[in-house]
Amino acid sequence: VTNPVVPASTLRRRAHPLASASEQRARLDALPLRRSFGAAVAEAGAGPLRAGPPRVLQMNLGKLCNQTCRHCHVDAGPDRREVMSPAVVDACLALLERSPSITTIDLTGGAPELHPAFRDIVRRARALGRQIMDRCNLTVLELPRHHDLAAFLAEHRVEVVASLPHFAGLATDAQRGQGVFATSIEALRRLNRLGYGREGSNLVLTLVSNPTGAFLPGAQASIERDFRRELHRRWGVVFNRLHTITNMPISRFLEFLDERGHLAAYMERLLGAFNAATLEGLMCRDTLSVGWDGALYDCDFNQMLELPLAASVLDLGPGDAGAALAGRAVRVGPHCFGCTAGQGSSCGGAVAGGAQAR
Amino acid sequence: MDDTYYKPQDLPRFPEMGAAAPELWQKFNDWYRAVFAEGALGEREKALIALAVAHAVQCPYCIDAYSTASLEKGADLAQMTEAVHVAAAIRGGAALVHGVQMRAHVHGVAM
Repeated sequence: VTNPVVPASTLRRRAHPLASASEQRARLDALPLRRSFGAAVAEAGAGPLRAGPPRVLQMNLGKLCNQTCRHCHVDAGPDRREVMSPAVVDACLALLERSPSITTIDLTGGAPELHPAFRDIVRRARALGRQIMDRCNLTVLELPRHHDLAAFLAEHRVEVVASLPHFAGLATDAQRGQGVFATSIEALRRLNRLGYGREGSNLVLTLVSNPTGAFLPGAQASIERDFRRELHRRWGVVFNRLHTITNMPISRFLEFLDERGHLAAYMERLLGAFNAATLEGLMCRDTLSVGWDGALYDCDFNQMLELPLAASVLDLGPGDAGAALAGRAVRVGPHCFGCTAGQGSSCGGAVAGGAQAR
Repeated sequence: MDDTYYKPQDLPRFPEMGAAAPELWQKFNDWYRAVFAEGALGEREKALIALAVAHAVQCPYCIDAYSTASLEKGADLAQMTEAVHVAAAIRGGAALVHGVQMRAHVHGVAM
């Protein structure tokens, strides 16, 4: 049966019960899993997960997006209006300035480029000498009012981390919306013309592929090889590297799993693929995630499930974030099995090489 | 008849085949794992071959298992459908090419 391309809308817009983070947590906590995430970590001898000094500041600029992907863990979409305030932006950049351990700013959303201060944030973070990653849905680069956005990213040496689940249109459009694949290819060609993905240009184009359904990603190196060959053969597109990311049972992907009756089996699959070798490289170890309202989290997933740290970026002390936050216990839940399955998953792709524990 | 011979919940019971012959089961598993490892053929290509063969041998367990495996290894529905057509074409062609035997027999017995 071919899944129809459903014109998705946000959970919020549909007043769906899973629009509430507490309802999502309740659904996950009610699953009869064989063991908790904390127990799995303890059995692996890794004790409670603790974060080190943050190396990456991931700023979630808001939930506004020009797409409404079926699997979005943010429940982002065109109807969402939550965007980061100037006060929170200033607090993030001030935190960056006084925190030498943070070398990278990771801009995400929604579509972060739709934030009114996106370009200002990029300029200010570059002035502070930090690397910048833009988690880009690609189609935003083709919006008429953002015709010069790709050139702006190139000018400021921003790494483009672009979502593309597959090298063909069928699966991509089923996940991301009708016509998204064709527009994404146009955007990738535009980025290639600017030098992105080309040897020696110093403009890094990273692709992110996540499964287009209730299954786990394949081996990252193998998927990258196929993408490299097929994107070049079919569309003349080149890129630097590819990350695979596991879909998280949060927001609209949680709704998808629930609707299809796959939630329990998917969670069992994640649990069965638990790989202790992923624990050292988990992103919560060196990432600090900031929500649009300034709340701080261990990762973007905890942000969507509303599992915050005690302090907000607005009331963090005046010192280095590393000193303030290193050593903290990471807040965990059943969703964390998504980051430890198989080769592991993070915003930087797979975290453990070699054989997958399936 | 309410029941069926094939039950989806039986697939995870496959390891029970090791109960009465553990050494053979172990040898099968080692060999099976080696067969599907990335080699001269990629993991996606091997999953698609397995999917096509699953259709040729009409094993419902294998069809479920290698539909998921094909997706996980990065194939899409278009590639998987083409793989099934390859299996169907070989099965259809195999029937049709036996027509040559039919024709030879007819030429032998008929005037």
